[in-house]
Amino acid sequence: MGTTMTDGLSHLERLEAESIHIIREAVAESERPVMLYSVGKDSGVMLHLARKAFAPSPPPFPLLHVDTTFKFSDMYAFRDRMATESGMELLIWRNPEAERLGINPFEHGSSVHTDMWKTEGLKQALDNWGFDCAFGGARRDEEKSRAKERIFSIRSAQHRWDPKQQRPELWRLYNARKAPGESVRVFPISNWTELDVWLYIHRENIPMVPLYLAAPRPVVERDGTLLMVDDDRFPLLDGEVPEMRSVRFRTLGCYPLTGAVESTADTLTEVIQETLLTATSERQGRTIDHDASGSMEKKKQEGYF
Amino acid sequence: MAHTTDALLESDIEAYLTAHENKSLLRFITCGSVDDGKSTLIGRLLYETKLVFEDQLAALHVDSRKVGTQGGDLDFALLLDGLEAEREQGITIDVAYRYFSTEKRKFIVADTPGHEQYTRNMVTGASTADLAVVMIDARKGVLTQTRRHSYLVALLGIGHVVVAVNKLDLVHYSQEVFDRIEADYRAFAEQIGIANVVCIPMSALKGDNLLERSANTPWYSGPSLIPYLETVEVDGPAGERPFRFPVQWVNRPDLNFRGFSGTVVGGDVSLGDKVRVLPGGQTTNVSRIVLGETELDSAIEGQAVTICLADEIDVSRGDVLAAADRPPEVADQFEAHIIWMHEHKMVPRRRYLVKIGTRTVGATIDTPKYRVNVNTLDHIAAKSLELNEIGVANITFDRPVAFDPYDENRDTGGFIIIDRLTNATLGAGLLHFALRRSQNVHWQSLEVDAQAHARLKGHGPAVLWFTGLSGAGKSTIANLVEKRLHGDGVHTTLLDGDNVRHGLNKDLGFTEQDRVENIRRVAEVSKLMFDAGLVVAVSFISPFRSERQMARSIIPEGRFCEVFVDTPLAVAEERDVKGLYRKARAGRLPNFTGIDSPYEAP
Repeated sequence: MGTTMTDGLSHLERLEAESIHIIREAVAESERPVMLYSVGKDSGVMLHLARKAFAPSPPPFPLLHVDTTFKFSDMYAFRDRMATESGMELLIWRNPEAERLGINPFEHGSSVHTDMWKTEGLKQALDNWGFDCAFGGARRDEEKSRAKERIFSIRSAQHRWDPKQQRPELWRLYNARKAPGESVRVFPISNWTELDVWLYIHRENIPMVPLYLAAPRPVVERDGTLLMVDDDRFPLLDGEVPEMRSVRFRTLGCYPLTGAVESTADTLTEVIQETLLTATSERQGRTIDHDASGSMEKKKQEGYF
Repeated sequence: MAHTTDALLESDIEAYLTAHENKSLLRFITCGSVDDGKSTLIGRLLYETKLVFEDQLAALHVDSRKVGTQGGDLDFALLLDGLEAEREQGITIDVAYRYFSTEKRKFIVADTPGHEQYTRNMVTGASTADLAVVMIDARKGVLTQTRRHSYLVALLGIGHVVVAVNKLDLVHYSQEVFDRIEADYRAFAEQIGIANVVCIPMSALKGDNLLERSANTPWYSGPSLIPYLETVEVDGPAGERPFRFPVQWVNRPDLNFRGFSGTVVGGDVSLGDKVRVLPGGQTTNVSRIVLGETELDSAIEGQAVTICLADEIDVSRGDVLAAADRPPEVADQFEAHIIWMHEHKMVPRRRYLVKIGTRTVGATIDTPKYRVNVNTLDHIAAKSLELNEIGVANITFDRPVAFDPYDENRDTGGFIIIDRLTNATLGAGLLHFALRRSQNVHWQSLEVDAQAHARLKGHGPAVLWFTGLSGAGKSTIANLVEKRLHGDGVHTTLLDGDNVRHGLNKDLGFTEQDRVENIRRVAEVSKLMFDAGLVVAVSFISPFRSERQMARSIIPEGRFCEVFVDTPLAVAEERDVKGLYRKARAGRLPNFTGIDSPYEAP
């Protein structure tokens, strides 16, 4: 009987093969693909898979970083290093409107900041270069509404997602066809869990931003959240003095919006160990999902990745 | 997560990681309705395998009190609902994928609803599943919907079924009830050809026979659910299936490397193996197998690799590399099961796209031989297929492809159907066998070709396609154009809608599918006349864009001219030369374009 089960392959090998297959299909069926690179661990796994998919050729598409100007400085350094190592072109987009208005999380709040730099910025970047296919590192286990999103997700010319018009995905057959102006967002690691990502990083020895490992860093504590004072744009409140504490980050984003956890885990295996022993779900550190129940779904319909 | 490796996680992280990196993967689908406790079961699986984090658990406590259906107890089903609208309706209306993991296996669960109108979603979820968990409410036994789900499971080729006889707590854990349901189910499974069936008495809500054998069912000696899923072998014996490798991408970084990237979807391949390239048929040997920076000696089913060949032969995306001694068949006409998944019904003879493996071809589907009543498995006569209907029909591709019967290989026997205009995925199909006529009808190559005709006539051929509402003035204009061309010494002919319906197409009516067939025949006739070197004027309402597109696609580029006679409906109706609008308005002429049948303007 023709099942897809395979004797010899481990679950990581099957996930890897599935992702490689997806990346190649997307490239074969689109005109101008691009990979969104956010510098985090999921992006790192996705980039690694892309390189494996096309070796010995470099992946036949550029990397795109939609910058907010507030990422950790370590992230910028790591981003540039990975672009050089992979031999891929790195495109950087900063929303000119946000730049002109000087949008920042301190004065404008996290939601305006994210919306202007990330959501709007992403749409502008895709339009600017005319990409018709963008790879993203989202996983279905991250959030309830993502569990139902397809791997190939068609977006209108206005970048909107219509959950009622999703195409059924059967077997290994993905339909990436689209009308002019429409684009497709492709999520090659949809079926990976956080544990899979960590196991794969360990197995393949994938390079990671040092921020994932614990080190003494200057932080202040606000409303129970540890924030790193990464540069002098961080406005200290009266009486606030940054102190050096051993911390690491579970997810990476804009430094003023990303909480650190106290930790001494300074090797990858220790981080994995600590992560698995910690019973709080991954996205708790990200402020964006707390707004309202179903908020991610609303953001996605508006074009958030 | 795993019970024994939990200890390792603290004491020996490296050993823990190694153990987890080498786990296998099982994909399964759950079938049943909300009432069967399916969402509760999956929520419970996540909970039991500790995949529910504390903050999610806290949210679950809040939600259970707010909207829960378990009177304040934890409502595990609430862990699952995704899209807001569905959450409010209290039902799951799509396929959702869930993940959990034990020390032995990672599981991917396709969670699909049990309502009749969502056959589409269940088929989608089943297409990648190795096993199905069929939920039965112990109070209700084997229902129509149980049969429907099991039929779909069998159709999609899932050979392993776990029957979860759920809510046994509500029938006092009665062995008699369980035994009766098991006997009923086994009888049905045999009828539809499901080979491996395991029945487990359960209460998902209370956790009976999930992780370990429950004290409430001392009479049951079989496996409990999670241990069974952890250990069930769903593979066929290794090496049994022949090698299949649809080429996705040609990898050519420089002159020294030319590889073919793809996924092994059947069997395995080793260095030196003789392979055949299909549909072309050339044979050669495998010279290298590459995965990332690693050179491999062999690749097995499921692996995505890049293969280099010993000889320079022409291979491109869509071709299939296959075991030279056990190649797939090559054909362009088949009998297939068609599962329709779109609100726009299937139209026989309309030109669709089909994607099979990595190849996309044009295709037309004949009128179905029958449709299957998925509740009774009866065969019913059908002219078409609507959303969520399943039928058997002949299908013709516009190019030959390599294929295996679906029962032997899902990846080389399964296909999706795509709309040419909207690009929507309309349906799916399972190939069974090639029709003999496809192997016996060949193209005869003709020596008097288009150029020869043109030389003799002194002009090239063309098709002028006039489209528009009835009474728009198509035939009047086409007549004038033909007269003028004729006067200039051009060899012309005029195909008029009304006239052709008196002869060639007098067997056709005005339903959507008859209209499609009407245009298909006229397009083919104009192609024949075009081949004879004529300038063909065609005057047909031809209301559907996709059929006009089809006509255009069979005429060489630049030689097809679509003329839209854009007369407003009010004007055409005012003229009403043939009195047809009056009849249509009076309801005596159904399916009249512009009145109760659409006209899709160019």
